[in-house]
Amino acid sequence: MLSFAWIIPLLPLLAFITIVFFTRRNQKLSSLISIGAICLSWIFSVIVIASVLKNPVPSEFEFTWLNLMGFQVKMGILIDSLTAIMLFVVCTVSSLVHIYSVGYMQGDPRFSRFFSFLSLFSFSMLGLVLANNFVEIFVFWELVGLTSYLLIGFWFEKKTASDAGKKAFITTRTGDLGFIVGILILTTAAGTFNFREMFHAVETGQIPFGILTLGAIFLFAGAVGKSAQFPLHVWLPDAMEGPTPVSALIHAATMVAAGVYLVARTMTIYLAAPNAALVVASIGCITAFMAASIGLVQNDIKRVLAYSTISQLGYMIMVLGLGGYTAGTFHLYTHAFFKALLFLGAGSVIHATQTNDIWEMGGLYPKMKITAITFIIASLSIAGIFPLSGFWSKDEILTVASHYPNPIFLIVGILVAGMTAFYMFRLCFVTFFGKPRDQHKFEHAHESPKVMTVPLMILAFLSVFAGWVGIPWLQHGYGSFVFHQEPHHAEPNYILMIVSTLVALSGIYLAYAMYYKKSISPEKLKAKFPFPYKVLYNKYYFDELYQIIIINPIMKLSGFLFNRVDVGVVDRLVNGAGNFTVFLSDVKEWFDSHIVDGAVNGIASLARGTGSGLRRIQTGQLQNYAFVIFFGLVLIILFKLS
Amino acid sequence: MIGLNHFLTLSTILFCIGIFGVLTRRNAIGILMSIELMFNAVNINFVAFSRFVTPTALVGQIFAIFIITIAAAEATVGLAIVLLIYRNFKGINVDNINIMKW
Repeated sequence: MLSFAWIIPLLPLLAFITIVFFTRRNQKLSSLISIGAICLSWIFSVIVIASVLKNPVPSEFEFTWLNLMGFQVKMGILIDSLTAIMLFVVCTVSSLVHIYSVGYMQGDPRFSRFFSFLSLFSFSMLGLVLANNFVEIFVFWELVGLTSYLLIGFWFEKKTASDAGKKAFITTRTGDLGFIVGILILTTAAGTFNFREMFHAVETGQIPFGILTLGAIFLFAGAVGKSAQFPLHVWLPDAMEGPTPVSALIHAATMVAAGVYLVARTMTIYLAAPNAALVVASIGCITAFMAASIGLVQNDIKRVLAYSTISQLGYMIMVLGLGGYTAGTFHLYTHAFFKALLFLGAGSVIHATQTNDIWEMGGLYPKMKITAITFIIASLSIAGIFPLSGFWSKDEILTVASHYPNPIFLIVGILVAGMTAFYMFRLCFVTFFGKPRDQHKFEHAHESPKVMTVPLMILAFLSVFAGWVGIPWLQHGYGSFVFHQEPHHAEPNYILMIVSTLVALSGIYLAYAMYYKKSISPEKLKAKFPFPYKVLYNKYYFDELYQIIIINPIMKLSGFLFNRVDVGVVDRLVNGAGNFTVFLSDVKEWFDSHIVDGAVNGIASLARGTGSGLRRIQTGQLQNYAFVIFFGLVLIILFKLS
Repeated sequence: MIGLNHFLTLSTILFCIGIFGVLTRRNAIGILMSIELMFNAVNINFVAFSRFVTPTALVGQIFAIFIITIAAAEATVGLAIVLLIYRNFKGINVDNINIMKW
């Protein structure tokens, strides 16, 4: 009944193919095809989610893709509540980003190519969400990695952009190595690639505990890379070099969500391997705190959002590690909307002011009312202010954390909530309020066209209301939907709600006091704590650390290998072989020109010489011929007579 | 007594004169005339063999008459060719007619 779901990823793929092969020259048509495809996918995803709501039994369809002497690799789709929600989120955000891009990318020489990449990206992500086995999810996982490389490095004339694309690709690939090792460990132990068969094997205890834990940790390495978790988070802030709609797409709903989705999808494994789950939770916790603290001091509007994304992803990973399946996926779902809105709003601001630095903006509120209001709504939502959607998911995460015996997760969670509120409103106050700092840029600023503001408004609506499906008092809300087998209801924890709201409000107030009223001077704080500020501003020196311990040795090794082995040995061998060949050719050339050609020419000139000698006989004088005939006849007769 | 050998000798002499004429004459008409001499040598042979080998049957004589007739027709054609050669080459000296060579 849901077998039509394979159309959902296929439509963007078709759009990609059509644009690349046929409509590339026509920018308008290309963008329309791309948007049309993703909107159709969106309609299908709504149908899917509606029918899953009606009948929440997971359905699965598959066919054999490879048959290697009895060893079968299958491709298929698995549709359960999680898939349905992810489809909906990805399609919604993706289609809004597509529409927004029409305005943002206006006038770009590679406009059509941008849309074809967007379509390819949507295809990969939707395929990843629909996958029903590890091979398939890995294939789409890599496709997502490839398209993110293409999109981040879209403005490849800029060195920083092409570097960022490479960095994203290589860093996530590091995690993917772990991912594939994890897949191999688990599938060898369980004897199947299929998710549900493997979960069944895990639940019935067919896989030894040690192997399960090892496999789960390796599997998580993939999620660490894709979801930009500590210590592989370094690529995400640099990925801000891509066009802003790409940042919104990659860092809100899709690529980085893939890691969280993977952990959620394989939740059964982590529930059965508590040690691995603890690793997951710890990594998430470290990431959430580290990224939020870096976000406090960054000056690039998109980088603040990037660290905010990393921090929120850490949140999700942490709560998934603590066993909060509902809370993790719920936050993924609400986060997608308000983070997409934040990025698109930031894009609108950047579009207007042509700068990323928040200290060159300021006082933009009267000039760009829609952008400002929607941006503030999203900030309130991510800060977790009642009753916006971020509040409900954040509350659920904190509730799960509070059930864990060790309070460290809860404390970090609340701290991160406060920091999130602070850095988001630091952005809001500096960007939209106060006095314009750069008069020229301020005058140039203007509200973005409708095609950009309408997606902002739709996302603002979703940022407010999307979370309401998870209100704890609703008995058939989000939690029971995702956990169709055993209804799960988080008991509302009023104390936590109040505490988290207070923390968020105090974060906002602090930002207000520091950046609007200026009653607390940020400069003085900076001067007072120069060391922490420097560490945070330089992002804990991760890039420098990697430069020293990984990149430099690799570069040195490569240099050595190039200079000594390649140039010294391989090139010499190759050149030697080349020279020898040239010598052989010379010999053969001499043989050819002197002996073979001589023979051929000799035969020819022999024939010619004979011919020119013999043709003298042919005089044209009839009497000569007659004489020869007669003489010949006489000879014959004499011969006969004798 | 005149016997077969005399006739054969005569015809041989005639034939050789004809051959000599064909090979050496530079005048096309002369060549034609030499060919006629060769015909006549052959005719003498026919008649002589007919007379001395099979005296009752007149086969050789009749053949000779045929040859004379055909030779007349041949001479017509030959003279026509000579006439055309004269028109095309402004003369009938066969030394000048040497376009049939390399």
